[in-house]
Amino acid sequence: MSTATAKAIEGLKARAADDGLLDIAYTTTDSPFGPLLLAKTRRGLVRVGLPNQDSDELLVDLAERVSPRVLEAPKELDEVRRELDLYFAGKLDSFDLPLDWRLSGGFRQRVLRAINWIPYGQTRSYTEMARKAGNERAVRAAGTACGSNPIPLVVPCHRVLRTGGALGGYGGGLPMKEALLQLEGVLDESPAS
Amino acid sequence: MTALPPFQTVLDDHATAVMAILHGAVGRDGAEDCFQETFLAALRAYPKLKDDRNLRGWLLTIAHRKAIDHHRARGRAPVPVAEPAELAAGDGMPEPDDGLWAAVGALPPKQRAAVALRYGSDLPHSEIAAALGCSTEAARRNLHEGLKRLRKELA
Repeated sequence: MSTATAKAIEGLKARAADDGLLDIAYTTTDSPFGPLLLAKTRRGLVRVGLPNQDSDELLVDLAERVSPRVLEAPKELDEVRRELDLYFAGKLDSFDLPLDWRLSGGFRQRVLRAINWIPYGQTRSYTEMARKAGNERAVRAAGTACGSNPIPLVVPCHRVLRTGGALGGYGGGLPMKEALLQLEGVLDESPAS
Repeated sequence: MTALPPFQTVLDDHATAVMAILHGAVGRDGAEDCFQETFLAALRAYPKLKDDRNLRGWLLTIAHRKAIDHHRARGRAPVPVAEPAELAAGDGMPEPDDGLWAAVGALPPKQRAAVALRYGSDLPHSEIAAALGCSTEAARRNLHEGLKRLRKELA
């Protein structure tokens, strides 16, 4: 692609944002675990793709479920990237980002909103999250809600463990969950699984 | 109907072709603005698009309209094309000499667009027709007339 075209595209994205046509802005960013996909709507951060997830598939899914007006626009995600960098460096213990919850409905969204209140460096059980979401017996559904968390890391589903302290599962793989809990000082170097 | 792909894919796939057409149609100075107008209009209409099988034809139709708007706004139809050789090199297109491009730029709008679409973007007559909003036969005729005039100019 010529530089003239690249420059025209830059300007196009700024104009699209100004005209309210940028329904989903996305970028990828590096993390200690590999590249992350970050996507936001005008409401807020809507999707974080973990390194083991296929970015193209996530974008196709967003186009289908939210809007096909999807454009790569890194500047729109500067603040998200800044806070994640600080978090990975151990210098940020609470995110201050607007979130767009629309990819989760009903019980799942209630579980995820409850998870969002778990403080840095603490853990809760799936049972507790099920109770907070209004149905203590739906422990398995609470686990499914964690597994389908569209905004991992920022909505800290890695802080939810099994009753008794076993790690449970993680969308980004258990080693990542262990590493995050170590970063937050919950786990020692040898994990408690 | 399958779901529409993320618009970024459309931009990645067709930006170069749209820019090449617009360079040919409005010259380098107007191309950036027409390019942005084209993709903004496309982005605005995109969610309601019924069929994503001919995205290129759809985009080129919009680009053509934006080029016409550009000429109307400037109050004159044909403009000379500024330094097209650089664009041609940058976008992997054949490098015509300046005299040829200037002559193409001086053609009436439909003939110029038909020639640019055929030889700049290698489109078949049917897609040129879609881009120009006319019949295949009319597209063929515009191309023919344009070429005839070029031969006379450059002879």
